Amino acid sequence: MRRAAIAPVIAAVLLLVVAAPALACGGLIGPNGAVNLLRTSTLAAYHDGVEHYVTAFAFAGGGGEFGSIIPLPGIPTKVERGGDWTLQRLVLETEPQRLFFAEAAGASRDAEVLLTVRIDALDITILRGGGAAVGAWATEHGFRLPPDAPEVLDFYADRSPIFMTAVFDADAATERGQSIGDGTPIHLTIPTDNPWVPLRILGLGKAASEPVEADVYLLTDQRPAMLPAPSAFFGVNGLELAHSDAASVQLLDDLRSDDGMGWIPQQAWLTKVRVNTVAGDLTFDLAIDASGRRMPSLVDAGFAPVGIVGNLVPTSTAWVLLMGLPLLALVIVALRRRGGYGSPPLGA
Amino acid sequence: MRIWPMRATLAAVTLLVAAALAGCGSPPGPQRIEITIHYSHFDPAQLSVPIGVPITFVLVNQDPIEHEWLLGDDAFHDRHRTGTEPHHAGRPTEVSIPALATVETTITFDAPAEWQYICHLPRHEAYGMLGTLRIN
Repeated sequence: MRRAAIAPVIAAVLLLVVAAPALACGGLIGPNGAVNLLRTSTLAAYHDGVEHYVTAFAFAGGGGEFGSIIPLPGIPTKVERGGDWTLQRLVLETEPQRLFFAEAAGASRDAEVLLTVRIDALDITILRGGGAAVGAWATEHGFRLPPDAPEVLDFYADRSPIFMTAVFDADAATERGQSIGDGTPIHLTIPTDNPWVPLRILGLGKAASEPVEADVYLLTDQRPAMLPAPSAFFGVNGLELAHSDAASVQLLDDLRSDDGMGWIPQQAWLTKVRVNTVAGDLTFDLAIDASGRRMPSLVDAGFAPVGIVGNLVPTSTAWVLLMGLPLLALVIVALRRRGGYGSPPLGA
Repeated sequence: MRIWPMRATLAAVTLLVAAALAGCGSPPGPQRIEITIHYSHFDPAQLSVPIGVPITFVLVNQDPIEHEWLLGDDAFHDRHRTGTEPHHAGRPTEVSIPALATVETTITFDAPAEWQYICHLPRHEAYGMLGTLRIN
């Protein structure tokens, strides 16, 4: 009764106040190979060994088709239309300082097709295959992949040869009466031991200096450890820990009342990671350890090759080692070139 | 009696040597140079070839996407940067290579030059898909 009462209210409020920022957390390829990816929003929730991955594709107007490729940590058991306002509700929860109401006024060789689903104007295909096989499949099916795609697809296929492609038929969207800005949320249910969020794919097709912005929401049973570890402000890795707190009962109740979101647990930890960097620096993914051991995988983050190194060091230590030591080396080199360490140059 | 066999042997050797020397004067066969395309880069990206010798370039595309191998001087590349030709065939210096395919093209150069080979598909050159060919 309560859900029935609150859901329309939330939906109405969100439709009024939130300019949906959501596009898929994946590489987006237009008909001419250009990429027009705006800020993306994604929810990766992990509970009882199952990752729930919720993202959305927004209709930006125009005609024709464009597509997206999203690497996945495992084979989804279900691909369905997501809740109508889950992502927007998360925005509200983690950005309460914003004046929403005021704003409202204003392969073997070949890739294997595991699953195909049509959701609204989206044709979704789940593929299994190596980077070359998936790339070839995408090329044969009309994707015009950018030049960095072969390397990026291999980067993911080495760890998980599962990909989702989504082809958005803008003409069909128009026929369906979808307006510019309308999003189609997608909800994937993925049993996996290794939840991770693909970040490197966000830079697909972008020049090294082009900005990449994204919001990643994590809903886990307890406070997760992440690699790379986001900092309070955008650190050297371009990740900001924008929110980290126990999810409120109100939030969980609200999320649970959205379509297909009955799996939301009674208790959870909500984390928001804001990505703000350039494509050339985004060479990693976000590894998550929600088990409490605080040992996110170097492999899942893309820092170590598969089968060579697994969970080695706690999050903060790993990041210090990975980023701190090279920086320290640079500082030392700089100091030496300046005749550093406090000793004056000869003859001074 | 003994002299004639010796003379005959010398004559035969002379004929063989002459035939061999005559063979050296015939046009040489084409040289083959393999260029691999991997992760949208040419390997090697620096080449040197002689004038007057047919060169067969074997273009091996290991990527699952299409690429181009367009060879020419600066003016040639300026034209192709804004070109709209979707597929290249028929000219030995302009080759389209489908995904995961190998294509051969043979060129004989007649003057020294320093040209570049570039893929002019969108964003490929900016991504680093170019190489230099010195013709000596």
